[in-house]
Amino acid sequence: MSEKIIKVERLGKKFIIGHKKAEKYTALRDVMTDNTKKVFRKTREIFSGKLIGETESREEFWALRNLNFDIAEGDRVGIIGRNGAGKSTLLKILSRISEPTEGKITINGRVASLLEVGTGFHPELTGRENIFLNGAILGMKRAEIRSKFDEIVSFAEVEKFLDTPVKRYSSGMYVRLAFAVAAHLEPEILVVDEVLAVGDAQFQRKCLGKMEEVSKYQGRTVLFVSHQIDAIESLTTKCIYLKGGTIDSIGNTSEITHHYLKDYKGTGDIVSYSNRSGSGKAKVVKLEIKSKNARGSMIKQGESFQLIIGIENASNDKLDVSFVLENYKEQAIFCTQLSDNNPLIDRNGYTEKVVEITVPHLRKGDYLGSLAVFRQDRTEFHDIVLHFPLLSIDGVEEGVFFPQDNRWGDLFFNLQWK
Amino acid sequence: MKEQLVIEAGQAERHYWRDLWRYRELFYILSWRDIKVRYKQTVVGALWGIIRPLLTMIIFTIIFGKVAKIPPGINAPYAIMVYAGMLPWTFFSNSLAEASMSLINNTNLISKVYFPRLIVPTASVITGMVDFLVAFVLIFGLYIWYGYTPGWQMIFLPVLIIFAFITSIGAGLYVTALNVKYRDFRYIIPFIVQFGLYVSPVAFNSNLVPEKWRLLYSLNPMVGVIDGFRWCFLRGEQVIHWDSMTVSISVSVFFFIAGIRKFRRMEKSFADII
Repeated sequence: MSEKIIKVERLGKKFIIGHKKAEKYTALRDVMTDNTKKVFRKTREIFSGKLIGETESREEFWALRNLNFDIAEGDRVGIIGRNGAGKSTLLKILSRISEPTEGKITINGRVASLLEVGTGFHPELTGRENIFLNGAILGMKRAEIRSKFDEIVSFAEVEKFLDTPVKRYSSGMYVRLAFAVAAHLEPEILVVDEVLAVGDAQFQRKCLGKMEEVSKYQGRTVLFVSHQIDAIESLTTKCIYLKGGTIDSIGNTSEITHHYLKDYKGTGDIVSYSNRSGSGKAKVVKLEIKSKNARGSMIKQGESFQLIIGIENASNDKLDVSFVLENYKEQAIFCTQLSDNNPLIDRNGYTEKVVEITVPHLRKGDYLGSLAVFRQDRTEFHDIVLHFPLLSIDGVEEGVFFPQDNRWGDLFFNLQWK
Repeated sequence: MKEQLVIEAGQAERHYWRDLWRYRELFYILSWRDIKVRYKQTVVGALWGIIRPLLTMIIFTIIFGKVAKIPPGINAPYAIMVYAGMLPWTFFSNSLAEASMSLINNTNLISKVYFPRLIVPTASVITGMVDFLVAFVLIFGLYIWYGYTPGWQMIFLPVLIIFAFITSIGAGLYVTALNVKYRDFRYIIPFIVQFGLYVSPVAFNSNLVPEKWRLLYSLNPMVGVIDGFRWCFLRGEQVIHWDSMTVSISVSVFFFIAGIRKFRRMEKSFADII
């Protein structure tokens, strides 16, 4: 069982990023004008005695560098890391969509990747037709699809809509169908990226169940990328933590996720945080988030949590404290102040205050906090902390089709429609 | 049972042709999808495949045959002569237009799943082939209308279809690869198609071209393709000059090989630049 099914050696992927151009693709027109400009610039550079190529605005960027790891057959491996850590690039290379710049990967077996559900679905075609289309794209034979057809349909729970074009499907149905096709592919290695971000909670459980079945009972290898630590923990046994394109740590899931969450929280150390001003006579020295599940600054959506503020006072003043929670665009969501319902801090030394945030309808995403510590009469501000990265809300929203941007608001309520 | 796959920088091609074979059903499925989608929510459906060449043929016959009084150059009705040229030309121009946009239209596939990319433009040429076969049926209508009987030359049709196919796919792959990188190629293609319609002997007969320019003219591979089709459809009355034919075939094969090589070279970076 411990045969190495995937062996990655010294893997690296380099991108060239041009700084001046924002265009996604090259147009012949631009190439021609650029080349003309370049000639002029070069001439000017030669005359002004500059080194040629000094003004070149290209830069190399290593999305992945020097990755080495093995995956044994039947392992269920989670890949975690913050945005831009190289998770998706790694999956793309493993599934042969893009080519590595250096290094070598040896894979023993068929790889099926599910980098986005519904890849290759055509909105005009019916559910039935799309099953065949999607199956073929994923590398299944027609006979293979036909023999699994009923199983796929019943797993996806779309029996009634088989002959309806998928453009009329709800997004839940769409995802279910797509996952169903891929899950029945029976590859030796299944690569899954963030699929579970959509679909209702019940279906997500079903997907997790299916993936568990695939790996536990059929001995297949699963590689799974997700931001949902819950899902990673329940599904995988091993974990790879990517950080800035290299492997930070690799090992048992519980150890790695623990380390990841600690690391994640460690991004903001309030004592050394620099975006602050004020007299400094009183300072915020502790700013922590605490919740029942104690997952560092990662809070499950809908869960209440505590904000713990520790203040070191040396000003001999009566202090008031105000706190503003902001979305990632630094826009305020709500504010609260110590003097709203609590006595002021009237002694020097260390004082800890706790704000109980009981009904947090925050949407999934990252949030910042700003704090001010000031003399009661507001004549002197001792410490103003701005936009401190405070917490992340993680969880499953029922209607997650809205991205986190201000058009859709920062709050989420599961309201009843009738 | 289990196969080993090695992914290394600059070496993705080892299994390429085997993969192409393994994914052979994808050719069929993608072409079938394109056809199905094209004729969904249309009134006359596949008849569109006939209406376009038919109307063009009628216009060309009236303008070139009746108004401008260009001689057909051979002993056959002008309409059949034009239609025999229209068929391969429509196939070629459709293939070029469809293939060149095929990768961009399937961006989500290219950036999310692996399969030999050659399948996508090739499948769109196969889609063009289906239209060609639909339009081909109409020539029997013309035979009946004009009381014209075709000859034994018809049995060479499959060979000519392969010739037309190679010409189309070669040019198609070349343009497709460039179109991913330089998006302004999409503006060039309609121009090539329109321009080519008049440069190629579609509305007139290639034997109207003066003898001394004949070989030069055959550098356009469609000259050879169209002449071949006319020979086949018109009882061999179209004279085939073997030297010009050789030139056309050579150019066609050259583009076929160059197209595949260009495509294969650029293929690896498609997912990164598309």
